Amino acid sequence: MAAIEAENLRRTYKQTSGFLRRRTKTIEAVRGIDFAVDEGELFGLLGPNGAGKTTTIKMLVTLLIPTSGTARVLGSDVVDDARTVRRKIGYVFGGDRGAYERLSGLDNLRYFSELYGVPPKVQKQRIPELLELVGLTGRERERVEGYSRGMRQRLHIARGLLHDPPVIVLDEPTIGLDPVGARELRHTIAELARAGKTVLLTTHYMYEADALCDRIAVIAKGEIVATGTPAHLKSAVADRTVIEIEAYGAPEDAIRRLRDAPGVTSVAVEDREHAQLLLVQAPQGSVLTQQLLGHLDGVRVGRVTAREPTLEDAYVSLVTEN
Amino acid sequence: MRIARLLAVCWWFQLKQMTKAGLFVFTSIIEPLIFATLAYYLFKAGHRPGTLLYAALSAGLMGIWTSTLFGSGGAINFQRWQGVLEPLVASPPPYALILFPQTLAAASIGLYSLASTLVWGRVIFGIPLHFVHPVAFAISIVVTIVSLGVLGLVMGASFILYREANALSNMLEFPIWIVTGVIVPLSLLPGWIHPLSWILAPTWGYRAIHNAALGGNPWPGIGIALGLAAVYFVIGQAVVVAFERRARERATLSLV
Ligand SMILES: Nc1ncnc2c1ncn2[C@@H]1O[C@H](COP(=O)(O)OP(=O)(O)O)[C@@H](O)[C@H]1O
Ligand SMILES: [Mg+2]
Repeated sequence: MAAIEAENLRRTYKQTSGFLRRRTKTIEAVRGIDFAVDEGELFGLLGPNGAGKTTTIKMLVTLLIPTSGTARVLGSDVVDDARTVRRKIGYVFGGDRGAYERLSGLDNLRYFSELYGVPPKVQKQRIPELLELVGLTGRERERVEGYSRGMRQRLHIARGLLHDPPVIVLDEPTIGLDPVGARELRHTIAELARAGKTVLLTTHYMYEADALCDRIAVIAKGEIVATGTPAHLKSAVADRTVIEIEAYGAPEDAIRRLRDAPGVTSVAVEDREHAQLLLVQAPQGSVLTQQLLGHLDGVRVGRVTAREPTLEDAYVSLVTEN
Repeated sequence: MRIARLLAVCWWFQLKQMTKAGLFVFTSIIEPLIFATLAYYLFKAGHRPGTLLYAALSAGLMGIWTSTLFGSGGAINFQRWQGVLEPLVASPPPYALILFPQTLAAASIGLYSLASTLVWGRVIFGIPLHFVHPVAFAISIVVTIVSLGVLGLVMGASFILYREANALSNMLEFPIWIVTGVIVPLSLLPGWIHPLSWILAPTWGYRAIHNAALGGNPWPGIGIALGLAAVYFVIGQAVVVAFERRARERATLSLV
């Protein structure tokens, strides 16, 4: 049995705007996705902002009712059997809100232990262990309002683990952490997986998914565009070349021309301090750099280099080509 | 047993976190003292010394209602602002069992007002604190707090579920004081208000408190207040279930 299964999972949001003439707009946040996470697997849901990651997670942890489709956690349906799902899943969400500000971290953990029915004896042992795990030992009696963003984030993680759940879901857990804190957290997540937990993680950092996950599902605009091991995803772009062009003030239509050029599979634009970096992907030997530059007629161009594709390029092409 | 422990611990936790709010001192201690002082002079002007304790008690009961109303009516929105509504709903107990300790704590905070008005009355105005049935007095206070906490549960969920009800919440302070008989005895109110008073559990709790303190039989009031509280709990739990379902459908558990 898979630990997490989603079948044709869909979710829309209704948004009303306008004061006198009210208009209702339907936002298709998740458009019918399928995926399965095996028991003990560390699975990544990778996608840019607004791709539908949080929406998917919230359906799994029973906070949102799917518009259609089904999802199960260890065999329990997230709508019909929400209470069972709530007991089996630990939910850690990104961001710095979500604790009682006026109380100490310790009080927050005690309160949630009670909600999760953790017996007092077990609490006595587990809370210090978790504080140690997330590096909050010694700060637990301070009020949460004085905690830094990273400390709050780590408090959320401790809270998500209070009832020792078999399935752990983390929504962008490293967001807002400094690089050292983020690396420590990734280490903790890897430890959890090693201890036999099933972990579902969302992130918009490709390298994070690459470093941690057994398998990755890439989600873009509410749809899963690829699923597989990091190596498998990379192989999809193995026969390509990436040409990096430094450009100064390339207008929209020049980039569009580049995108439509014969042989070009994708163009991503990264804004740098004074320049743009155009990342052009094309099958090996299919285009000449000179031809590409021809499409940028009139745009000042800096350094141009060609290189082998990385997993990041695989991700970029998956997210932009679909 | 599990549920009793859950309710007790959560109540204590909520009480702790509410007393750490700055505004709490004003609404639950200072405001009732102002009422108590006003009431004292009003009653004294009426030359009925036996009713001074009645005045002090009433001022305290007004404070209990105020803290219940504002603590419960805003309970869910408070959780939403703190960002804890999602983790609370995502935890295993039915949400009503999580919300109830919070509204009960809001009502319990009102005990500070009752205690402070009684002490104020004793110290400043020399009102003798002599209660006819001390044990029944304590029990009727506990029952009143519970019945208010349950009423708070109904309000807490309704104010969110029905926006019209929320508009009402700020106007409910004064009318309920009147209808439940804290300001003037029910017998002085027009007859058409009586049925409304009778279906409000606090009316009976207050009656029991007054009887236990000043003389009279407190037990019928205690019994009816408890019975009504049980009925409210069933209603409150149904409203909470409806709230939770709708919030999960409309994505309104978080602010974003
Ligand atoms: N409560 C909401 N109401 C309306 N639209 C929403 C709501 N939550 C998310 N969305 C929209 O749904 C889409 C997916 O959002 P989300 O699941 O948060 O993406 P991600 O977590 O991948 O960044 C976005 O377009 C977002 O603006
Ligand atoms: Mg998100």
